[in-house]
Amino acid sequence: MNWEIIKQSLPMFQKGFELTLYLSLVGIIGSIIVGLASSLIKYFKIPVLQRIVAIYVEISRNTPLLIQLFFLYYAFPAIGIKISAQLCGIIGLIFLGGSYMASGFTGGFNGVKKNQIESGKAIGLNNWQLARYVVFPQGFALSVPALAANIIFLIKETSIFTVIAIPELTNTAMDLIGLYYNSNEYLFVLVIAYAIILIPLSIILTFLEKRVRYGTFGN
Amino acid sequence: MTEVLKVEHLDKSYQKQPVLHDINFSIAKGEVVTLLGPSGSGKSTLIRTLNGLEKYQSGTITFNGKKVVPNDKNWQTLRQKIGMVFQSYDLFPNLTVMDNIILGPTKVQKRAKEEVIAQARALLKKVDLLDYEDSYPRQLSGGQKQRIAIVRALALHPEFMLFDEVTASLDPEMVRGVLNIIRDLADQDDMTMIIVTHEMDFAKQVADRVLFLQDGKILEDTPGNQFFDHPQTTRAKEFLESMNF
Repeated sequence: MNWEIIKQSLPMFQKGFELTLYLSLVGIIGSIIVGLASSLIKYFKIPVLQRIVAIYVEISRNTPLLIQLFFLYYAFPAIGIKISAQLCGIIGLIFLGGSYMASGFTGGFNGVKKNQIESGKAIGLNNWQLARYVVFPQGFALSVPALAANIIFLIKETSIFTVIAIPELTNTAMDLIGLYYNSNEYLFVLVIAYAIILIPLSIILTFLEKRVRYGTFGN
Repeated sequence: MTEVLKVEHLDKSYQKQPVLHDINFSIAKGEVVTLLGPSGSGKSTLIRTLNGLEKYQSGTITFNGKKVVPNDKNWQTLRQKIGMVFQSYDLFPNLTVMDNIILGPTKVQKRAKEEVIAQARALLKKVDLLDYEDSYPRQLSGGQKQRIAIVRALALHPEFMLFDEVTASLDPEMVRGVLNIIRDLADQDDMTMIIVTHEMDFAKQVADRVLFLQDGKILEDTPGNQFFDHPQTTRAKEFLESMNF
């Protein structure tokens, strides 16, 4: 292991690091928005849209991100839609993450106890009030662990962006290895860089899960 | 005596399994009826059918002289008049005691918050829990939770109360407090009530009438004192004997 090589590569890795963070953040926020919308459509059984969401979730969850990206990057230009690699990456990540987040929210809503729903009905709440005051507050709290796992998952999935040449962390490492053949050093930096993002985040998310759980259910 | 509730030829089955069969009875205003019977006799199913938590296949339920058309919308309106308390309390864990109580009155009945809070405090005082309005359900004992659940139901000014084994999961010491509240409702407020219970002494004290169920059928519909002293059917007699030891 040559520390001089590592030192020289750090400015490039920093750029990749920042891009990975940026793409992850946009992708996660977009996924949460798409996922929440999809799960609400499913919860309220909105006609037509409900079918579309079901099809979307099936396609998205049952195809690899790699293939989704190839499709966006190579097939779209063929039908006249040209988008940048970064935008492809973000759209692909949201397309994938949206369905995972949707399943997370839906799992939370379904996890609300039947007794709670009945006691809400017993005080005369209508369907919307039941959702607003009983199902959603408890369902969100129940879905936090799944959402947290999805967040970590999506950050790791950004490494696949390297196949469409987005210069994020993995792509930076691959480029450097291609240029200088110092694979030990660059892969080492790559692992450390992901660990710097993911380990603290996963600790924060675990803490958050406990807080939300206690705040809602008291245990 | 005005008839509050009338049930005629009510039938219910899960898949092909019949659970309620040809149920007929009516309840007058201010009357307290207890549903007794062995486990699986259909007591809970019957009481849950009366506020639309269970669907039924045929028969009619008439409330205040009006036949209920059983759809979600109608039941949702009716439930404001039919209070129900469950075995597992089912307070909302994410809301304080006060917010649990005022949710229905303010959101469903759109009553003024100040008025509802004042009334909620009066009710909390009655059940000796005035100091707990800012507590969360997790900070309360089972008996306290159940008293709050009763207050939550009463805050909607129901005309009718359903109690589904409300003391069944309480510590013995907690049972008395909850039962006293129900008895006061019967004695002082003349509340019309249907009570499913396994507390025979309590049922004896409070019941104007007993419906004895077995296999989804009403075997007896007798005045309270008469049922406990001279049950008409041998099955009811066996049941009462099994409760004493």
